[in-house]
Amino acid sequence: MTTFPSISLTAHAFEPGTLLTTFCAGRDETGAVASFVGLARAERGRATTLELEAYPGFTDAAIAEFAEEAKARFALQDYRIVHRVGRVAPGEAIVFVATAAAHRRAAFEACDFLMDYLKSRAPFWKKEHGPDGDRWIEPTARDRTDAERWD
Amino acid sequence: MARVLLFGRLADQAGWRDRTVEAASLAALRDALAAADPDLAEALSGPGVQVAVDKALVRGEAPLAAGTEVAFLPPMSGG
Repeated sequence: MTTFPSISLTAHAFEPGTLLTTFCAGRDETGAVASFVGLARAERGRATTLELEAYPGFTDAAIAEFAEEAKARFALQDYRIVHRVGRVAPGEAIVFVATAAAHRRAAFEACDFLMDYLKSRAPFWKKEHGPDGDRWIEPTARDRTDAERWD
Repeated sequence: MARVLLFGRLADQAGWRDRTVEAASLAALRDALAAADPDLAEALSGPGVQVAVDKALVRGEAPLAAGTEVAFLPPMSGG
């Protein structure tokens, strides 16, 4: 099976600061690194846990295909994507994206572009567990229009 | 024998997420699943449900070799 070293799906909590420090290390010619961290929301008590399901080998391949497109489109030098799977408690990091480019505009825009994709089109299935039961979540209209900004 | 994987609400509805089924084509697989659980078969043909054979999306019919993995993917919710 192909592996994507720039992309990780993990069932364990991760520390975004450590990922960013590692990503920034040894970059004499980069100039700009942008990063984004998404955290699970409690939704005012409505969500006690978020559960994310992925299809290993399919989800990471789909993300890699899109990320390589972003790399070419924004002339990125490099990127790193870490995404949680399984159960995530409110306040925990769900997603980390970092992009490296020669100049800040490309790094910012590529990071934004990758997040819009991850939030709306990436192959994950998301379930909210709360005091009123469980419910599967579909992308919001806002997630879709955010993603369409780049079409 | 095909290995069938269900994701998201489809797995909840079926009560299973991973099963082997004797079928030489996708159509035969759908028939076999319908014989066991007609409601599930209807959901698998529902709007927005995509099918991946050995991790590649397919539309319509496909032959299934022994050991092929068939995944039914409900609309993806994003991360």
